[in-house]
Amino acid sequence: MTEQTRIRMLSFSLLFGFFATWEVLCILLDVSDLVLPRPTEIMVTLWVKFPILLPHILQTLYSTLTGFVLGVSIGVVLGVMVGTSKVAYAVAYPLLVGFSSIPKVAVVPIFVLWFGSGTTPAILTAMVICVFPIVVNIATGLATTEPDLEDVLKTLGASKSEILWNVGLPRTMPYFFAALKVAITLAFVGAVLSETVASNRGIGNVMMTASSNFQVSLVFAGLIILALLGVALYGLFSWLERRVTGWATRGNDLALS
Amino acid sequence: MNSISNIPATALASDAVTASRARIAIELQQAEVVFGSGDKAVTALSPTNLKLPDGDFLALVGPSGCGKSTILRLVSNLLRPSSGVVLVGGREASAKQLRIGMAFQNPTMLPWLTIEQNVMMPLKIVQPFKARFRTEKTREFRDRVHDLLGQVGLKDFAGHFPWQLSGGMLQRSNLCRALIHEPDLLLLDEPFGALDQFTREELWQTLQDLYLDRKPTVLLVTHDLREAGFLANRICVMSARPGRIISDEVVNIPQPREIGMIYSTEFVEMTQNLREMIAQVRK
Repeated sequence: MTEQTRIRMLSFSLLFGFFATWEVLCILLDVSDLVLPRPTEIMVTLWVKFPILLPHILQTLYSTLTGFVLGVSIGVVLGVMVGTSKVAYAVAYPLLVGFSSIPKVAVVPIFVLWFGSGTTPAILTAMVICVFPIVVNIATGLATTEPDLEDVLKTLGASKSEILWNVGLPRTMPYFFAALKVAITLAFVGAVLSETVASNRGIGNVMMTASSNFQVSLVFAGLIILALLGVALYGLFSWLERRVTGWATRGNDLALS
Repeated sequence: MNSISNIPATALASDAVTASRARIAIELQQAEVVFGSGDKAVTALSPTNLKLPDGDFLALVGPSGCGKSTILRLVSNLLRPSSGVVLVGGREASAKQLRIGMAFQNPTMLPWLTIEQNVMMPLKIVQPFKARFRTEKTREFRDRVHDLLGQVGLKDFAGHFPWQLSGGMLQRSNLCRALIHEPDLLLLDEPFGALDQFTREELWQTLQDLYLDRKPTVLLVTHDLREAGFLANRICVMSARPGRIISDEVVNIPQPREIGMIYSTEFVEMTQNLREMIAQVRK
């Protein structure tokens, strides 16, 4: 058994053990399913309600990913602007840190006020919440690029944009991917948050409605869906990261050929 | 008389520079470099004059921190003179009149690219190769890179990443990257520093062959007096900081030179003279 499969087996048994303990404790302590439904009950609900849940899942995914793509695009542009200019970095960096420390939850009511309830505030919340980690990381990556590496291209007479494409941006990729992984989970938080407050669609809304109808196992089903989606997207970006920035971690998949 | 004559090189012009190629590749006119200002100002290079005709091979020697690398950075336009003028190919250094190849002291390979991709980088940036890079890069340019890597014994490492190579191998790739685009002006900043004696001598031969083959203008910064004597046809000695050129002499040994030559009496005498000169100025 390789080290990797051993670790996978361990993670799986940990997960399984968690749910098994939950199930057993619920039965032993005779917990009401209005308080904490058993995992098996949740799975059944998930299975039965899946056709109804699917459009909501897609809705949440749509809001999250649209917001994420918008946020990342804006973040990259801003990050490159701040990171390539020493003055912009010195001036804008403290501001960015200030902005990023505002709790993004607080912007949801404002978006609802401006755009009404529904998909738009969900997308915007997801967007706003994931702009800052991207900007800060891209800017840091670019600003800390070793001058030696840039000198190599400068002596060849490379233009500013050639230096950015061939040195600055590749050098920044590890920072960018670290930020992407943070951003995708944050985008989820943002979208779901906005759905719970102001939408009649999406997983956030389903959980809210189910909670007020005491369909507790449906609330938990929503939670599980969110966890699965989050893990899947995080996994996707981790995989991409390993492909693109293997040089930074001296990854195994790049080993001697 | 020594193999080093005392006639200034500019007047004599070494054998490498024939009348047909008497253009001036590099010219420093009272070029001075001062870092910082006020009380904290540090003079890295005293006002310096230097003329290097096209096709010449000049070695700059001198104690550590005397401004040898500063001259290279001026010529490659990584640094602007605080006063004075630096002309490359008859124009301001920033005009990039000549195709420049530079090997840095630290072999700064880009860590996310393989050795092959690193060495290929100049072809992606410098005209006329750049224009063809998109369309036909793969076959022709790759063969070119592999040929050059083969010449320095790195053929099998083209697909490796920089961190998988030893220091000496990185310096060899570094040299390849400086040469791949057939530069008119080759700037070498202690390119053989981290190599063992045998590899170094081998690379001296390789560099000499490449030089005699294409006759680029070469400016070599080195600590190694034998290296300077073996490769260059002109040697400038610099004083300790603030640096200035205190001696500028021609090496009158016909090229190509054999490696055994460095043990001949006249060669040893020449390096002895240089050594004494530098020992003097270090004080």
